[in-house]
Amino acid sequence: MEGLTIECVSKRFGDHHAVRSLSLAIEPGEFVALVGPSGCGKTTMLRMLAGFEQVSEGRITLGNRLLADTAQHLPPEQRNMGMVFQSYALWPHMSVADNVGYPVKLRGISGDDYRRRVREALALVELEAYAESSPLDLSGGQRQRVALARCLVTSPSVVLLDEPLANLDRHLRASMEECFRDFHRRTGATLVYVTHDQGEAMSLADRIAVMKDGELVQWATPETLYREPRSEWLARFIGQGSILSLPDGPGQVMDGAMDGAALMALASHAGLSPADEHTTARAGRRRPVLVRPEHIQLTRQGLDARVERSIFRGERYELNLCLADRTPLLAYSPCAVPEGSEVKVTLSQGWCLEAGT
Amino acid sequence: MTPVMTHGGQQRWLFSLLLILIVLLSLVPSLRLLVEALSDLGQGTDSPLWRVLSAASTWRALWHSLYTSALGMSIALLLGGVFAFVITLTDVRGKPWLVFCFMLPMMIPPQVTALSWLQLFGPASPLLNSLGIAPALGSPQPLYSAQGIALLLGIQSAPLVFMALRTSLLSLPRELVEAARISGARQTQVWGHMILPLTRSGLIAGGAMAFISSLGNFGIPAMLGIPAGYFVLPTLIYQRMASFGTGVLAEMAALSMLIGVLALAGVALQQHLMGRSRFGLVGHSGRPHDFALGRWRGWMEAALVAILAVILVAPLAALMVSSLVPAMGVPLSVETASLEAFREMLSRQGVTRRAMSNSLWLAGGAAITLMALSLPLAYHLQRLPQRWQGLAISTIEVPYALPGVVLAIACILLFVRPLPIIQVTLYGTLGLIFIAYLARFLVVCVKPVTASLAQLDPSLEEAAQLAGAGPWRRLTGIVFPLMAPALFAGGILVFLLAVNELTVSALLWSAGNETLGVLIFNLDEGGESVLASALAVLVVALVAGLMLALNLLANRLPKGVIPWKD
Repeated sequence: MEGLTIECVSKRFGDHHAVRSLSLAIEPGEFVALVGPSGCGKTTMLRMLAGFEQVSEGRITLGNRLLADTAQHLPPEQRNMGMVFQSYALWPHMSVADNVGYPVKLRGISGDDYRRRVREALALVELEAYAESSPLDLSGGQRQRVALARCLVTSPSVVLLDEPLANLDRHLRASMEECFRDFHRRTGATLVYVTHDQGEAMSLADRIAVMKDGELVQWATPETLYREPRSEWLARFIGQGSILSLPDGPGQVMDGAMDGAALMALASHAGLSPADEHTTARAGRRRPVLVRPEHIQLTRQGLDARVERSIFRGERYELNLCLADRTPLLAYSPCAVPEGSEVKVTLSQGWCLEAGT
Repeated sequence: MTPVMTHGGQQRWLFSLLLILIVLLSLVPSLRLLVEALSDLGQGTDSPLWRVLSAASTWRALWHSLYTSALGMSIALLLGGVFAFVITLTDVRGKPWLVFCFMLPMMIPPQVTALSWLQLFGPASPLLNSLGIAPALGSPQPLYSAQGIALLLGIQSAPLVFMALRTSLLSLPRELVEAARISGARQTQVWGHMILPLTRSGLIAGGAMAFISSLGNFGIPAMLGIPAGYFVLPTLIYQRMASFGTGVLAEMAALSMLIGVLALAGVALQQHLMGRSRFGLVGHSGRPHDFALGRWRGWMEAALVAILAVILVAPLAALMVSSLVPAMGVPLSVETASLEAFREMLSRQGVTRRAMSNSLWLAGGAAITLMALSLPLAYHLQRLPQRWQGLAISTIEVPYALPGVVLAIACILLFVRPLPIIQVTLYGTLGLIFIAYLARFLVVCVKPVTASLAQLDPSLEEAAQLAGAGPWRRLTGIVFPLMAPALFAGGILVFLLAVNELTVSALLWSAGNETLGVLIFNLDEGGESVLASALAVLVVALVAGLMLALNLLANRLPKGVIPWKD
């Protein structure tokens, strides 16, 4: 197994910078997700990994092997990768077995060995019964499983997945996610998974690269991304939460994680609670602080808030609160709270974001 | 998808009128022909059909037709296939110009193509004479042969193959090719394993269209075959009609039916084969995989330009040279060059001016009339159930799918006697040609409009309806402005085809009612090659100018309306 290394890769289409100086070091056998809003360059990056696009700058290596740089470009057929497409890309003029067997055939394998491999690959995705069907007769989930079988039949070291669940309905997605997890565990291949759905990426990947406007925003595990996002944009993109704008307190330098006591002190200091009006320091540097909804409790004492909206979400209620200085705050509650009522909240944990957006 | 509408009485009445018009224009001539051809079967061996079927000349012409069309189709498949694959799938440069130049031969009238090639070869060729490489006098003109006819038929119909294949290549999802590449297939393997099987329907469609259009072509076999005594079915009919007049109408009807049946059999076979090889393709289409040609790119571009130079530039250059020499056989030089032929054409020859005004009036009139008919027709067709819609479209397609000779004979049959009640004879007047043009080109004008209407979101009209607009208000205020570009494009296409039309008018013209197409043909037959060339140069300029005008309109039109744009 070899690691996939992306060094300072850029891609330009005319004047448009699709990817800017992106660097990632992907460990062998890692499940990696490229996430970002549409148009962020994640698909372009994937296509450069596959070899469908040439890099404008930088280099891509797999182990010791150079895949692409500005001078050299290894064509896709020599990269020994697999790819799963959003549209499945099954060849309609071939049967399911022929589709799966095509990569094997191209490697010059025939006869019993060929048939055994195709049978095994189809067995892994539980589609042996459909070997002789046309792919056009299969359902969306079945087609995606055929595409997966086509990938694993040659045991490639890297498998690329381009929004593989985007065309499936919500129910099928859950079972296909399980299918991908299983696939990863079984093959041990390096998986690079492109999606615009952060929830999908969080639940599948070992590490996530979040991209925006062609640039890498953060490259970390799902837990780190959720707890310690670097920027305000990222904090809003991943998970739910509220962002407070707090000034540096006297003698306190805000950085990184903040515990409840410090947070409450600063919040009071900032005038989020009208009780301490006389000590308010309105001037000075302000920093954005992320508070996730699970870190907000309704208590007897604390910051004053008004319930603007209370939405039933099944397992809990989602409260849209409004602090004294009109800062919006999102909190959860196990029981219904009437809209318009006044409550008090305690913040138990926060994360100080980089200034700016 | 179609919005539910309650047609008022007036609507229903208008619709019935339109339907009757379609049937009259599209079906009645063919039915009349059928009746004539099958009449008097009771006379046994004396019946016209029997006489035609037992004549050796019929079977010879039939064989000639099949031979030249099949050979022409092969040439068209080769040329069109190479251009479609290279231009659509590889990274050659200058694609829009390559496409435009390759499509031009389709729009140039066949008799002009034939004329320009005749000027390119043979001992009298002004171009070869000017270059000093003309063959000795008395050596044969190589184009006066079956192979010559097939070559020009191939060049003329290659754009049809190109268009059909390009459409099918453009709808080929990029992922299917990429999946093959990443599975380990080299560029050349992708070609054989994926692209060819997946675009088979496009190849079949293109080949069939090339065959059918070659079968019905009149201009090329007339200019190249008649001097050599080589007759195909359309020229055989023309020859008989020219020699014997309306006396042999019944036999000609039988012969026409023979071509008609051949053409329709071709259409049926094509539909059958295409139905078997069409796949529902999913994925991102529109920008198929770019094959990197690498260091071969320059060579490939040079090869394409060279082909275009041979099939387009050289003949047109020969035509230009011919139009500038004082007489055939005189080499062109600075001293001998003269615009005398153009001056003669435009000022002294009364017949030229008459033919020009006839053609412009006919084409312009047909374009405007069909534009006026198309919008309400397409609008109502849209609201028919799917099955009826398909049937109606097929009906109006019949006069265009049938070879022009067939329609011409059918129109003669229909109008050779005075019309009942009003006692007006249309035979021998421009009116007959006009009606034939309306029938033949209706589908050319309706197709872009239906394509454009199909793209129109029904909710636009529904919103207007909720706002209180009645059917007429909606048609004029909402639908018409949105359809105007497509309608206009359809009109220009009709004009382009009609102004150069030869096949129908060759049988329907009479003294005083010449069209441009007939005039070029007659001038060349009468040995006036220089004058014919001058006129042909003007015609080519007109065609290229109109095509460029349509290009300017291109980005306001739905895809596929302009044949040479995508």
